[in-house]
Amino acid sequence: MPECFVAKASELKDGDRRIVVDGKKEIGVFCHGGAYYAYSNYCVHAGGPACEGVLINRVVDVIATDKTYQGQTFSDELHFACPWHGYEYDLKTGECVGDRRLKLRKFDVVRRGEDIFVVT
Amino acid sequence: MDTVRSEVRTPAFNRYSTTSALAHATQQAHARNYQDFLIVDVDSHHYENESYREVFQYIDNPVIRRDALLHVERGGRASMMNNQVGYQDTGGRITRASLRRLEKTPPDAHRDVYMTRDWMDAMGVDYACLFPTPMLFLGLHPQPEMEMALAQAYNRWLCEKILGVEPRLVSMLYLPFNDPEAAYRTVKEFGDRKGVVGFMVTSPRYKPVHDNVYMKTYALLEEMGKPISFHAAYSWDDRALSTTNRFISVHSLGFMWFNMVHMTNWVINGLPERFPRLKVLWIESGLTWAYALMQRLDHSYMMRTSDCPSLKRRPSEYMQEMYYSSQPMEVPEDLSILEATFKMIKAETQLLWSSDYPHWDFDLPSIIYDLPFLKETAKRNILGGNAARVFGLDPKPVKKIP
Repeated sequence: MPECFVAKASELKDGDRRIVVDGKKEIGVFCHGGAYYAYSNYCVHAGGPACEGVLINRVVDVIATDKTYQGQTFSDELHFACPWHGYEYDLKTGECVGDRRLKLRKFDVVRRGEDIFVVT
Repeated sequence: MDTVRSEVRTPAFNRYSTTSALAHATQQAHARNYQDFLIVDVDSHHYENESYREVFQYIDNPVIRRDALLHVERGGRASMMNNQVGYQDTGGRITRASLRRLEKTPPDAHRDVYMTRDWMDAMGVDYACLFPTPMLFLGLHPQPEMEMALAQAYNRWLCEKILGVEPRLVSMLYLPFNDPEAAYRTVKEFGDRKGVVGFMVTSPRYKPVHDNVYMKTYALLEEMGKPISFHAAYSWDDRALSTTNRFISVHSLGFMWFNMVHMTNWVINGLPERFPRLKVLWIESGLTWAYALMQRLDHSYMMRTSDCPSLKRRPSEYMQEMYYSSQPMEVPEDLSILEATFKMIKAETQLLWSSDYPHWDFDLPSIIYDLPFLKETAKRNILGGNAARVFGLDPKPVKKIP
């Protein structure tokens, strides 16, 4: 399988990302929590640059045991949002959080020594 | 676009380029050969508030002009403009809303001209009908004279600084509808100006469209062959909508609600019979509202013809002769539902594609072009041919896709 060089490990720190362009493929490569994640940079909605938006935790409603609404907060689940329309994706799975049947194509990331590659 | 690309880049949040941000739209434009045919965007926007210092110079009344300019100097804390609560950038997720201020543009034309042309070319658009943004709420201003003064200033500024210098930009000018005489004068004053392809009523307001005070304006528009449009928006101050507690709710309902009311009044009062040649365009309500309202009004009409004796046909038949902008186009998983909607509104001749760019829920031309149930002729009609006919535009493509 062809591979594309992404970055030196020392250059891709926690919270960083790169967009790798290989012919007609565009792939977003994220570094988070000591792991690498790579997805197609084409949003499932309108084809926007899905991996180039903000990283933001999932917003959740706080519902008390008596079923009353107690406001909102952030959960630990990290998302990235397509900058065109705000479609949100789960960083760890590439699933579109509005409908988890929809997913960005996932790519493998390999590290060889100090070099990080994405398998295209 | 056939060159093999290979690069690694880092997404940046400290600079912005419209052309780069829409690079994927440009890929779509090339892949679908948009350079071969006309694409007209009948509803796009600029942020006229960024030019208030220029716009307010055009206010006639010296007292209002002074106060408005003073407001600009003071900043937004104390404003003469009414506005709405609305986190349209989805809490910062729609990054262009804040990053666009970083875009550099040459000084020889207005910044809005450059930025608009850039997204038009990136998407493959030939002509764009440009509308304001915060002024969409001006119909709710408590002072009718303020709507009149600001609308007149905006129209003059727009004609001079934008439409007068860029032939690919057109507009349906703001009608100060809460002052019927001023609305009439606006059509008289601007109807023949360069780039003015019609007139627009902002839908959130509480004046009935069938009021006798508007008949001479409709007659004038019909005589001039200029369409009238109703541009949707929301109001969180509306009594029913004020019970909603999320932006998604007030936006989803509000953008349909006001146009449903105006359409109902327009049809039931027989205005299509009184002004049979007046072209009427409904903007930014999507499509499902029309599909539902046609059936709803037809159903009641057959039992209550005495409520609307001016009508000679079913309400839906009049509605099928009006025009609809496409965005925000609802696309259900089952496309047969959308196909039925297209059939109901006679989309091939009555639907006009719109982007609403740069607003948060914009559509690209591909939302129409990629529909499997449309033939190529229908796609091209909806994307540009219908608008060229309604607005009187040259059907020859003029865009420069990068």
